Amino acid sequence: MSQEKTQSQTVQTTGHAWDGDLQEYNNPIPVWWQYAFYFSVAVAVGYWLIYPAWPVGGGFTTGFDSITYVNDKGEKKTTHWNTRALFLKETNEAVAAQKPYFDKVESLPFEQIVKDPELNSFVVSSGKQLFSDNCAACHQQGGGGKEGFAPNLTDDDWLYGGHFANIQQTITNGRHGYMPAFADVLTSTQIDQLADYVLSLSRIAVNPDSAKAGDALFHSETAACFYCHGDNGKGRQQIGSANLTDRIWLWANVPGADTIAAKEAAVKKVIQGGLNKGVMPSWKDRLSPEQIKVLTVYVHELGGGK
Amino acid sequence: MFNFKHEWIETNVGLLLVLTMLAISIGGLVEIAPLFFIKNTVEKVDGVRPYTPLELRGRDIYQREGCYLCHSQMIRPFRDEALRYGHYSLAAESQYDHPFQWGSKRTGPDLARVGGKYSNEWQVAHLTAPRSMVPQSVMPDYPWLVKNELNFADIEDRMKALRDVGVPYSLTKSEYDDNVKKFGAQTAEMLSIPDARKNLIAQAQSGNYDGNSGSISEMDALVAYLQMLGTLVDFRKYDDDAFVKYR
Ligand code: HEC
Ligand code: HEC
Ligand code: HEC
Repeated sequence: MSQEKTQSQTVQTTGHAWDGDLQEYNNPIPVWWQYAFYFSVAVAVGYWLIYPAWPVGGGFTTGFDSITYVNDKGEKKTTHWNTRALFLKETNEAVAAQKPYFDKVESLPFEQIVKDPELNSFVVSSGKQLFSDNCAACHQQGGGGKEGFAPNLTDDDWLYGGHFANIQQTITNGRHGYMPAFADVLTSTQIDQLADYVLSLSRIAVNPDSAKAGDALFHSETAACFYCHGDNGKGRQQIGSANLTDRIWLWANVPGADTIAAKEAAVKKVIQGGLNKGVMPSWKDRLSPEQIKVLTVYVHELGGGK
Repeated sequence: MFNFKHEWIETNVGLLLVLTMLAISIGGLVEIAPLFFIKNTVEKVDGVRPYTPLELRGRDIYQREGCYLCHSQMIRPFRDEALRYGHYSLAAESQYDHPFQWGSKRTGPDLARVGGKYSNEWQVAHLTAPRSMVPQSVMPDYPWLVKNELNFADIEDRMKALRDVGVPYSLTKSEYDDNVKKFGAQTAEMLSIPDARKNLIAQAQSGNYDGNSGSISEMDALVAYLQMLGTLVDFRKYDDDAFVKYR
């Protein structure tokens, strides 16, 4: 109590008095704080002078700081300081640092890129980053793929071919696998038989008579599977029609089904409904040709490098 | 010397009022005046257009679901952002956004250029159950988007409201003709308010974004919106330093 009293006696008042004795305390902020405030106002004025700040007439004050960068025509340009010019300058520096590598990636054929150990480790580290930013959402981290959605890239089994040129083409232009639906074209029995034949190609023990009938259908004009999957069922890489003999399944979840009946059902579903959902986006508008080349080598190595 | 006293102001209501308004209007002026000059900072680029009716509904759903709480739509001009997301965002690209979705909260990645990055199939699967595609994702499931039928009964009113704040959706023949000059006939068609329903249905059916052609779902609209984000400007047409002078 007594302390509070002494304090209130020492505190200044503004000197106003209303209704006779109603007074107003005056508690000014510490002096150093006040000067810090004035200082920050001065710094703000400094900012206005150095950097772009105020709209005036048809433009804005640009400030007297400047920045120099090289544009993509190779011209050196100096302009007032701004974040976009700074971005170009930083890009110039980063590109200069990586230029020896990217120049080599651009000019060397794939076979030589893989042989050069230093270049190869550059490709693997930048390829990994590119892959997780752009591809992992579908092909998953590490490229293991996703059943019923996107192919496994690590198994050296390729829908569209595993040579450098095939992979480069796949990434550049994208892919879209298409197989028509057969539910309205074939009878349920015919589809059963085809499913059994397809499973027999993977050496799964099914009813041999049914598979035999399916074999005939597969190669007949009625079902015409062979047009796309080939006489031997090994598929055609130009159109990405799956190899049906390799025991690798993307759309029909055969390995995930425990019983023969469930395996048959999985294959039947694909034949009945067809396939139109295998969409690999095109990357040519999003990634540079060198980045695509880096990714091509990276994916090729994921698949064991055929 | 002139001896200023607080008391003058504090005991004179009229003066207090005038000075208070003066102080507030300076604050307002500093924030509002630049908007009158903002045109100088909007880059002159081809291709940017207002949203089609279907995309607009998709954008409304994006806002309704609070996607902006985790996703920004502005790629800053930094090198690491450009490497991950693509070209930095231009002011021109959000000129028809009311409100804009720039944001600074990024629990998830920036979406300013997500258009075309993934397939429609991926978008549908990911929005329905993000962890089915990205196992470590913390994004919530939105399973109702495929189930909810899209309500577009008030699409004309939504477009009219935006027209009132300056988005060039056309009501009259002369506005339509202006749009033909500005955006070309095909786009102008899409911006016509009287044709909005017809256009919305046509785009949803031809795009079939959710993979179910039977009905138009909220997913159709949202995916149509996501798939056009950041795709309007063809940056190959411009030098990399074409936009420096606007900052
Ligand atoms: C939207 C999902 C998605 C994204 C993102 C994606 N892919 Fe694909 N990718 C697919 C699908 C689906 C297929 C199979 C296409 C088909 O079935 O016709 C595929 C096929 C491929 C193939 C061919 C595989 C084969 O067996 O021939 C390669 C190579 C490939 N992708 C690489 C990549 C790379 C590299 C990236 C990143 C730049 C990428 N993908 C991004 C979905 C995607
Ligand atoms: C127009 C060409 C075409 C015809 C005709 C066709 N297919 Fe296909 N089929 C494909 C393509 C392409 C794929 C791979 C789709 C993809 O990956 O996106 C495929 C995939 C499959 C698969 C899935 C393989 C897996 O990995 O899960 C099965 C099973 C199949 N076809 C069986 C058949 C049968 C049986 C017939 C005949 C009734 C047939 N196809 C006719 C093009 C065709
Ligand atoms: C709780 C925060 C959160 C909310 C809310 C959220 N997201 Fe996400 N989103 C994420 C995270 C984290 C990721 C990255 C992991 C992934 O791909 O799922 C992501 C990824 C994405 C991607 C892929 C981006 C890319 O480039 O890979 C899209 C598209 C997306 N979200 C759209 C949406 C939409 C549309 C909504 C609203 C319906 C939404 N998100 C709501 C957190 C969120």
